[in-house]
Amino acid sequence: MSNVAIGLKGVTKSFGDKLVVNDMSFAVASGECFGLLGPNGAGKSTIARMLLGMTRPDSGNITVLGVSVPERSRLARKSIGVVPQSDNLDLEFTVRENLLVFGRYFGMSTREIQGVIPSLLEFARLESKSDARVGQLSGGMKRRLTLARALINDPQLLIMDEPTTGLDPHARHQIWERLRFLLASGKTIILTTHFMEEAERLCDRICLLEHGSKIAEGSPPALIEEYIGCNVIEIFGGNPHELISLIKPCVQRVEVSGETLFCYTPAPEQVRVQLRGRAGLRFLERPPSLEDVFLRLTGREMEK
Amino acid sequence: MGEGFAAALPANAWNWIAVWRRNYLAWTKVALASLLGMLADPMIYLFGLGTGLGLLVGRVEGASYIAFLAAGMVATGAMTASTFETIYAVFGRMRDHGTWEAMLHSQLTIGDIVLGELAWAATKAFLAGTAITVVAATLGYAGWASVPYVLPVVALTGFAFASLAMVVIALAPSYHYFIFYQTLVITPMLFLSGAVFPVNQLPGTFQHLAALSPLANSIDLIRPVMLGHLANNVGLHIGALCVYAVLPFFFSAALFRRRLMR
Repeated sequence: MSNVAIGLKGVTKSFGDKLVVNDMSFAVASGECFGLLGPNGAGKSTIARMLLGMTRPDSGNITVLGVSVPERSRLARKSIGVVPQSDNLDLEFTVRENLLVFGRYFGMSTREIQGVIPSLLEFARLESKSDARVGQLSGGMKRRLTLARALINDPQLLIMDEPTTGLDPHARHQIWERLRFLLASGKTIILTTHFMEEAERLCDRICLLEHGSKIAEGSPPALIEEYIGCNVIEIFGGNPHELISLIKPCVQRVEVSGETLFCYTPAPEQVRVQLRGRAGLRFLERPPSLEDVFLRLTGREMEK
Repeated sequence: MGEGFAAALPANAWNWIAVWRRNYLAWTKVALASLLGMLADPMIYLFGLGTGLGLLVGRVEGASYIAFLAAGMVATGAMTASTFETIYAVFGRMRDHGTWEAMLHSQLTIGDIVLGELAWAATKAFLAGTAITVVAATLGYAGWASVPYVLPVVALTGFAFASLAMVVIALAPSYHYFIFYQTLVITPMLFLSGAVFPVNQLPGTFQHLAALSPLANSIDLIRPVMLGHLANNVGLHIGALCVYAVLPFFFSAALFRRRLMR
């Protein structure tokens, strides 16, 4: 087994005359958690589909688990688990039946599947729900079942398209905890997300996307250090353009997004001094995040 | 282009069984209602048309009208069951419920999925056809000896109509388009293929046209046997049904590949 789980080289894809993935190259090592981070329409899901052989690139090469995709994607898919963007569980089936039916799609015998179901239910914390119909489960439970289902073939690689979109914060943390467990057990994960926090918490490395192009790649702390490297003060409540001229001398960089002024400065107290006495302003000082990297690189905030 | 074909073809001879078993499991949850529907629908036709019209019509091709009609209803029942399973249930699984999406995330190919769906639709046609055959035999409109001969033809008929409907759903953007297939293809076929009256009542051109329809081929195999004769041109009729089952299968799988794997 090579230690490169996924390799993309110069992959381009257009739908009609709309370029959705532009000359994309990256490599994901075995055991790594790699994030494709970008706003809606950045091409994340198209890349995920291409890894599965469900969308054919116009040009470029894709290798997944040592085989060429889409040419031999069926072979690759035997060792891949997929968590799709929206749950596609069988709602009329019970939790157990969903696992049974999905295991059969991988050619597993009923006995083999029954053998792994208890550990999958335990993984998904759904032991007490095994005979409940999926239609009766909460959103978080469905998501955990989808995750457990993706593990039925004991995959080496998990491809997850927006694994926590639409979940409440509690359910999201539960999924993150389960994903860290999988990473600790040696699985490779590639996930798409538009949650900066998700990418920062889970991913060893991320690829930042906009309009189908890679705009940055690296580990979240390294990207933050490279592009920001100092604390951030968010200022709101005033006219940002008017404030810029006042604080310009004492900051490294400012960005305006909507009614918020983002000041990047190693000397935050000077900014406060400059703006002292101006009524109605509110300040939020915080460490920099991937959000700031995205804002810096694209000049805009990522849409939620 | 080679790998594109591979995605549209079944990967092996058994992958489709997983798809069939998924549908069977779903069906077991509604089996009673489904079986009642399969029995009730043709029986209403049989008694409504058979007893009512039968009084006016008298004997047809040497049999009572209700016995003549029963044989037509066996083939029609298979046609309707597999057509409706495909254009409504399969279309939903393909487009709306994510069932096919989940299957495509496994090691199944589009060819495996389509074959499994066809086999399931043929199974439902088989159940529907069996229900009518058993009713007809019980009431004395057909000999019990004809049953083992009729049922394989019913399954093949179901396969052929599922395959044809698969092409329709591969092309249809939404449910609304199925009405064209129903009113312009299925319903005319019912009247042109000798299901409710003998084909020789039709003008000559229509007779030739009718002879090509899958339903006519199915009826020509089923009716003589149910009425206690030998069927003519058995090989030709079976061959025609096989063509209707096989060619649209490959065509629809290629269309689905274009639709789902852009």
